Amino acid sequence: MVIDDSSAMRLILGRIMRGLGFDVVEAPNGAEAIARLQSGSMPEIALVDWNMPVMDGLAFVNAVRKEEKWRQITLMMVTTESEQSQIVRALAAGAHEYVIKPFTPDAIADKLALLGVLAY
Amino acid sequence: MTISSTAFAFVSELVRQQAAIVIGPGKEYLVESRLLPLARDAGLDDVGSLVARLQTNPDERLRRQVVEAMTTNETSFFRDRDPFNALAQAVLPDLCRRRASTHRINIWSAACSSGQEPYSIAMSVLDHPLITSDWQVQVLATDLNEEMVDRAAQGRFSQLEVNRGLPAAMLVRHFERAETDWRAVAALRSMVRFKTLNLNEPFDLQFMDVVFLRNVLIYFDAATKADVLQRVRRVMKPDGFLFLGGSETTLGLDDGFERIPIGGATVYRPRGAGPIDLPSMGGPAVAGGGRPGAPPPTPFRGSGAPIRPPAASWPWPEGSTPMRSAVPPVRPPSLPAQPPIRQPLN
Repeated sequence: MVIDDSSAMRLILGRIMRGLGFDVVEAPNGAEAIARLQSGSMPEIALVDWNMPVMDGLAFVNAVRKEEKWRQITLMMVTTESEQSQIVRALAAGAHEYVIKPFTPDAIADKLALLGVLAY
Repeated sequence: MTISSTAFAFVSELVRQQAAIVIGPGKEYLVESRLLPLARDAGLDDVGSLVARLQTNPDERLRRQVVEAMTTNETSFFRDRDPFNALAQAVLPDLCRRRASTHRINIWSAACSSGQEPYSIAMSVLDHPLITSDWQVQVLATDLNEEMVDRAAQGRFSQLEVNRGLPAAMLVRHFERAETDWRAVAALRSMVRFKTLNLNEPFDLQFMDVVFLRNVLIYFDAATKADVLQRVRRVMKPDGFLFLGGSETTLGLDDGFERIPIGGATVYRPRGAGPIDLPSMGGPAVAGGGRPGAPPPTPFRGSGAPIRPPAASWPWPEGSTPMRSAVPPVRPPSLPAQPPIRQPLN
């Protein structure tokens, strides 16, 4: 699941993930992503932007981590937020990994391999 | 403009003589692309003019710059992952047992490029539960390329570089923001000593417990590979460990090594080093590398007080400039009870 309010970024990340063999669903903010999860969508991994309208990425991570049924979802922040304190907040909230924009497709693949959702 | 065959031959021979790196036919494009920026910096129009200057003027600095430009510096943090898992899960626990009386471990990153490998090694050590603050672990990082060594010693990496292979939990634990870049914190930097070293020339280093010599031999001809391996083995402790690149081997080059698979990695040890007790190589050893469903990583796993920085004299051979211990060891770390798994030696 690619969660980003920028349609261009969803397009870029979607292409990268499809290229790596994933099926991709998209959501333009955290609230719509939660709605998709509640309607039965169960992604293996969610790539989550931080700054989005309605529900931001950190609130989405907190909401997902509260629900035991969504425990299997790997959460990776993909965001322009690059302060050390922001990374710490996201990890403490329950994000597994963090990629700072700009990134290369290799960086996404590296992180997915690190998380064990993609073979090296 | 394409480089002439004469100019290509001159560059190939120069790089072979200085660095033992083989640039075979068909690599003209590589020479052209690597040397064109150098030619422009020197105020010349093309690579042919650069070569002409080298042929008529014994400019050692320019010769060194040409050789350095032809070296490959592709790297990333925890590159290939498996060797670092083997380091954390098997090699360091083995060395903690064998070096319990000295509490000293010396590790050499023999082609450190821009520094990602030695800092990855140092982070693996700093985060290792068995290596407590009373251990003195030193990482020597060397490279042929002086510019790369200088850069690596700064410990400064761009956002794109830290995105490659470095778990976020380790990034925030071992690095701090430096404007738009990230810089290794002092505790990490102090573990690593940097030095320019040409593997093709004689080297005299302190005995090493672990050597990372990855993706270097591939650039050498067979005779040079054998020579480098033999000289690396001479600076290894008899029970030390050697990591090579995934496509490299000692087989057919130096029968003084034996090959031991550890998880997805292969480690080479001086023949007669004895068996190693291997744990099961299940999950990722690198902190922050989580699997789906696993609890999220803890960003601030304390590893106790920082490991002491290396003695100023290191890495020179003991005896000439001995290492000094500022803090006496307190007690050996407790080792986990692991049923030994004897690996067949081949």
